[in-house]
Amino acid sequence: MLNRIEVAQKSPSTDSPAHRILKAIREDLRLPAEDATLIRVYTLEMDLSSNELDRAGKELFHDPITETYSLNKPLASNFDWLIEAGYKPGVTDNVGRSAREGVADCLGKKLSDGDQVYTSRQVLLRGSLNREQAIRIATTLLANDLIETWQVISREEWEKSPGIPAVSRKVVVPHKPEVREIVLPENPEALQKLSDEMLLSLTLEEMQAIRAHFAEPVRRADRQKLGLPPFPTDVELEMIAQTWSEHCKHKIFAADVEYTDEKGETRIIHSLFKTFIKAVTDAVRPKAPWLKSVFTDNAGIIAFCDGWDIAMKAETHNSPSALDPYGGAMTGIVGVNRDILGCGMGCKPIFNTDVFCFASPFYDKPVPEKLHHPKRLFKEVHRGVKDGGNESGIPTVNGSIVFDDRYLGKPLVFCGTGGLIPSEINGKPSWEKSIESGDRIVMAGGRIGKDGIHGATFSSAALTEASPVSAVQIGDPITQKKMLDFMLEAREQGLYRFVTDNGAGGLSSSLGEMARESGGCKLHLDRAPLKYAGLDPWEILVSEAQERMSFAVPPQDWEAFKDLAARRDVEISDLGTFTNTGLFECFYQERPVCSMDMNFLHDGNPKLYIKAQWTATRHLEPPASILAGRDLKTDALTLLSSLNICSKESWVRQYDHEVQGQSVVKPFTGARNDGPSDAAVVRPLYDRKDGVVVSHGLVPRYSDIDAYHMAACAVDEAMRNAVAVGAEPGKLAALDNFCWPDPVESPSTPDGQYKMAQLVRANQALYDLCLAYDLPLISGKDSMKNDYGRGKNRISVPPTLLVTIIGPVADSTKSVTMDFKNPGDKIYVLGLTCDELGASEYYHMLEAIGNTVPKVDAAANLNLYRKLFEAIQKNLLRSVHDCSDGGLWVSLAESSLAGRLGCEVDLSKMIQDGGLSDIALLFSESQGRFVVSVSPQNAKAFESALQGSAMACIGDVISENTIQVNRADKVLIQTTVEEVLEKWQPPLNL
Amino acid sequence: MTAPRIAVLTGYGINSDAELAHSFNLAGGKAERVHLHDCIDGHVRLEDFDILAVPGGFSFGDHIASGKVFANRLRYKLGDQLLRLREKKIPIIGICNGFQVLVKLGLLPGTEPASFTQTCTLTYNDSSRYEDRWCYLRTETGTPSIWLKGIERLYLPVRHGEGKFIPGSAELLKSLEASKQTCLRYYLEDGSLPPEGPDGFPANPNGSTAHVAGLCSSDGLVFGLMPHPEAHVLATQHPRWHRDGLKIEGDGLQIFRNAVNYLLRG
Repeated sequence: MLNRIEVAQKSPSTDSPAHRILKAIREDLRLPAEDATLIRVYTLEMDLSSNELDRAGKELFHDPITETYSLNKPLASNFDWLIEAGYKPGVTDNVGRSAREGVADCLGKKLSDGDQVYTSRQVLLRGSLNREQAIRIATTLLANDLIETWQVISREEWEKSPGIPAVSRKVVVPHKPEVREIVLPENPEALQKLSDEMLLSLTLEEMQAIRAHFAEPVRRADRQKLGLPPFPTDVELEMIAQTWSEHCKHKIFAADVEYTDEKGETRIIHSLFKTFIKAVTDAVRPKAPWLKSVFTDNAGIIAFCDGWDIAMKAETHNSPSALDPYGGAMTGIVGVNRDILGCGMGCKPIFNTDVFCFASPFYDKPVPEKLHHPKRLFKEVHRGVKDGGNESGIPTVNGSIVFDDRYLGKPLVFCGTGGLIPSEINGKPSWEKSIESGDRIVMAGGRIGKDGIHGATFSSAALTEASPVSAVQIGDPITQKKMLDFMLEAREQGLYRFVTDNGAGGLSSSLGEMARESGGCKLHLDRAPLKYAGLDPWEILVSEAQERMSFAVPPQDWEAFKDLAARRDVEISDLGTFTNTGLFECFYQERPVCSMDMNFLHDGNPKLYIKAQWTATRHLEPPASILAGRDLKTDALTLLSSLNICSKESWVRQYDHEVQGQSVVKPFTGARNDGPSDAAVVRPLYDRKDGVVVSHGLVPRYSDIDAYHMAACAVDEAMRNAVAVGAEPGKLAALDNFCWPDPVESPSTPDGQYKMAQLVRANQALYDLCLAYDLPLISGKDSMKNDYGRGKNRISVPPTLLVTIIGPVADSTKSVTMDFKNPGDKIYVLGLTCDELGASEYYHMLEAIGNTVPKVDAAANLNLYRKLFEAIQKNLLRSVHDCSDGGLWVSLAESSLAGRLGCEVDLSKMIQDGGLSDIALLFSESQGRFVVSVSPQNAKAFESALQGSAMACIGDVISENTIQVNRADKVLIQTTVEEVLEKWQPPLNL
Repeated sequence: MTAPRIAVLTGYGINSDAELAHSFNLAGGKAERVHLHDCIDGHVRLEDFDILAVPGGFSFGDHIASGKVFANRLRYKLGDQLLRLREKKIPIIGICNGFQVLVKLGLLPGTEPASFTQTCTLTYNDSSRYEDRWCYLRTETGTPSIWLKGIERLYLPVRHGEGKFIPGSAELLKSLEASKQTCLRYYLEDGSLPPEGPDGFPANPNGSTAHVAGLCSSDGLVFGLMPHPEAHVLATQHPRWHRDGLKIEGDGLQIFRNAVNYLLRG
């Protein structure tokens, strides 16, 4: 039985969600809607008496003070257009799930699996809009065709036939589950075609390796005994494809690379990962006894303070976010939360970070097929990460938003999570875990559906107009929060031996990894709880349905584990047993459907051989005619309103950055809580001053000149940011997240050799800088196919490396913020300023790239960072702010505006490399620099503490609101705090 | 009397339970995090505690309306126990999502005798946005709230998307103001009331009627507020301690100390 309950506000004064929709219609779509009203629709598919329906409407679904409701009767009236949108069958409907529980409570009813609640939103619009415009509102604002259905009804149509019938969204898959043998043809073209058609993303070499493996006589005999066909079953082939996907196997980072440099010298690099990333950590390890677990687990773990460790992981979720920005981004954040839950014996997530890269929200050219406008992407990605983080009760403490129109083809959505774990749990090191043959295979959390099938293989392919719909998932933070709470209790009680998350590749990936611990497993796919019937066994194995963790539970703990799960309302299921047979075995209704040799599964994939050729590109310098006689004040103010520099406050404020009560340096600081902090410091143990610092660096534009310097500067920026708030160099650890365009030469990527060379150079820089800074890498991830389309219309992201840094801060009460604090304080510039405007924000404003990309002097910088740390420990600094995008000017302006205090400085006092132009002094993005302020009484002590490093006192903080920048007698910029705020605050306050 | 025992509810998306429990402990109480499911299936009895605290968070994801589904479960699964808590004069606090739960249950501002009749609501912020922002607050002189005894001003963060207070009627607001049950309001930094309407933002972060940030029952024992006192018990939680120096403790701690002392002194 289907019933519709509709709920509307009694008065427009409480319909603020509708006001926001109206604002978006007018401002984003520039359509002349005059008014909007929102009606929430709940479709109840269950047998209810009219009394019960009335009670549900009255007691549960509407608010008696502000809302009105109707039962099976439309509330809509007085509109020009009605738009109703709701999820397609099978798409996660979180509100519907909560509503279903509410109905059961309210009516005291036990509901069956088939009893469901579905939600829809109905928007009534008034204004002179035509049908085409109403449809545009539906498709580009209110609904995403990929996951939602919508209808548009005009006033006339409604008057003729009012009302919308209640519709079921029950998933019916008219399919009897089956297992197919996949015959692998010998013909290479046919073999490749098979991989493409099945969306396996396997290369010909890989398909041939699989074919050869199954053709081995001994294997054929074994399979015959088991009743398995000679060729792989779909279960087996899909499992191999997931395990061997770029996403899971990092084939490009494991490949042999033939790198030829500018001089024509060639060398072979056996695995970028081993040669650079793992190598630098191995090199630093003797100096970093605090490393606990690196590269092997879901996240890296380092020692924090007496009895406690911290973990960190950063991930990307680019492809899903491009298709369904809300669901994709939310899945990104709740997914990386699970990496922390599944790290060691299970860490408690204590903070999130997020970094987004988009095209300009004001992009005004046509957007290619299947892509969303960057403004919509931005809003929806932000909403997904916000809901995911906020609803999970994890504070978002650090991040940034970077704009470059090449991110039109693929936005980059980086999500990171930090975790806390006792160093020992039940007497054992918490970062170690194992599985014994005979342990139960237990899955906990959400149910399995067709969502996210082929997510791992799909993210390993370029987006095209034919990208699969089923690759999309929507996160369910509340189901995950319940599981998190349960898991931490089970951990304390010692009820499991091993835990890991279900992410890309689903069970095939989590259990594939887990089975390596014991040496095999017997998995009963039909015992996994499904969202709906009709899934083939292979789909159950590779589905990426969210909110699931896999556990190894010793048989003697199973009952206690099960009881606790029941008391925490967490669904768990016993899927079989871990074994030591060397085989990954799956059964469906007791019949064998998969028997894979574990060695072949994990190590049988052929290595890639990739060529890389480096040629430096020369760019035009901005013409002298453009650089001459510029109005520097206008330039300075314009720069403050550029997208990469202006305030992100209106977005960041929507993140809960304080839940768990541990923030010490918040994202915002200063006299009015609106200055942008360099990094975050949290204090995860309430009774101790020990803090954790988290910072990041990201400068994709420098790749236009040389990806080596892009990567070097990303490391330096992350270090600088951490040091700026009080972190100690030498005690920090880093994470690398590479997001590259496809770097493998092919007909669709003719410049693959250059892109691969960029990747090699970025890795070399990462190695060089981490070695110089004693900065071990503890975890990382790469996303290598960030392109859209083919041929001439291909849009590739600029090669992008995100460096995240975490580390302990022994005394968080010594931390420093970036705002000027007292009039009379002395302002210093630390670090050497060079003529390094290449690929800077200033040149970008002039529509130039140039060639003088900033270069990192690691030795000088480290020396400075160490001294600065010591000075901070002696409480000698009032404020510290790093210089990055926009150079010295932007740091100065930000410290001023944050403190609501003016300043007067003389740039002729700056330590500079040769005689720099005014423009270079102001806007050069030389690395390793800070703007700091020091009280007059501490000036002498500070100067002696910093002796030997480039340092110059350039002026004073003043009580007036004037910001005056001179060069000796010449006034370069004279402005006010208010004028600066006026430029800096509004541009992204959308 | 020994340290009062506080039941801090958890589960289903509540997320500020750890810091709330810590706050009560700092104030001299003995807090236990109690899972709602354990209360419903009888593992735990709320009546065995001296104080009930409903923390902030996103119970059931704020779905349908914030606090609604959780309030609904409390009412239908634990209603009798809750009414007995009121009879036994056990202090109750609801913070943010917990405040939304108590208002939607009808326990705030409450009826005489206690019943599950909702008379006010907390709904969408005028901005229609979830925001995390610090607010200046003042307490109503002469309020019966035992939780606010001796407190005049507070500086606390709000973190919500649905905190706009709306009374069921103008008369109800008048009577709540007369009985000082509108015990906490948003103010400007200088201690004056924010302007009415949109100009009141951001001092009044959500557009609450009469700038109301918190309510108490007529006997002063039940107290709810949108801002988070448990997020300002440590001096390092203040957003400007780097500028203004570290205080001995955060503003919010006194609220918890008041409740603990109320019980200790009988």
